[in-house]
Amino acid sequence: MKRAFFTSVLLLSLLIFQSNSGAAIEVVEFNSASQEQRYKDLLKELRCLVCQNQNLAGSDAPLAKDLREITEKMIKQGDSDAEIKKFMRSRYGNFVLYEPPFNWSTAFLWLGPFVLLILVVVGLVMNIRRRQQEELFQPTRASSDAEQVKIRNLMRNTPSLKPTDSEN
Amino acid sequence: MKLNYIIPLLAFFALAALLGKGLTLDPKLIPSTRIDKPAPNFELPVLSSAGEKFGPQDLKGQRWVLNVWASWCVSCRYEHPVLNDMARAGIAPIIGLNYKDEDLKAAKWLAERGDPYHKAVVDNNGRVGIDWGVIAVPETFIIDEQGNVIYKHTGPITRELVNSEMIPLLTATN
Repeated sequence: MKRAFFTSVLLLSLLIFQSNSGAAIEVVEFNSASQEQRYKDLLKELRCLVCQNQNLAGSDAPLAKDLREITEKMIKQGDSDAEIKKFMRSRYGNFVLYEPPFNWSTAFLWLGPFVLLILVVVGLVMNIRRRQQEELFQPTRASSDAEQVKIRNLMRNTPSLKPTDSEN
Repeated sequence: MKLNYIIPLLAFFALAALLGKGLTLDPKLIPSTRIDKPAPNFELPVLSSAGEKFGPQDLKGQRWVLNVWASWCVSCRYEHPVLNDMARAGIAPIIGLNYKDEDLKAAKWLAERGDPYHKAVVDNNGRVGIDWGVIAVPETFIIDEQGNVIYKHTGPITRELVNSEMIPLLTATN
């Protein structure tokens, strides 16, 4: 009985959250499915300036609502995505775009991770090579440890003399 | 060999300096795209005077202030006495852009707190505000003789700000 109660409460709360998640966006009718898709995509790419970590699609702010209306109107007028983004950028700057455009001030942002990756790979390769060289030229360092020498020789496939009966 | 220890240390300090600088920046501060560009044009009705319209070209040839405000805006209350003082000192004409407000409430606000505006214009649906890149009221712009935006402040203005930044710009002539 208790369990059934909890299950129903859980299901009910799921239903409530489900209906809330789409509450921010007004219902907008477009002539074609492609226009509607462009509208949805643009709202995801454009930032709400008031609540800065939300996009236009997810924001309840009045300014976001106005910008959604403008986006809808411009799509219906036949403006391209680039024209709509230009409209927003001329008013609010690059900040309005979630994906910053590539230019001098954002070059580090875009290329930084790749530069870092190249540096790390080069460093790693150099490090491994140096270690291999050191081992080749200084094998005697661990010669006191017979086992270690044996293992190293095995790993390098060094030819070795087979123990013979006469030595035993 | 020593270098191997110094490089990570230097890298650490460089990163720490970069992130430390980031802490001092205000992420809410979005630079205006309108600075040094022609002020967006508009033709809006003047508050409480039927039929009268105002546009930026009416003030061409002089420097003026555009103050974006609304009766629902809490921080506008803090800057309102400063605007009143500016108007009393007669530094430059102040145009009030009444942003997404109701005319009656806006008129009541001015009757109660004093009217610092040369003209208060009505931007009911906020479209002119969007053209000016207004994000949150209050915002204050200065427009020069040629009709270019030369200054923008986001948030309430203070006496210190008016004295140190706005008056020098408003009294300069070129």
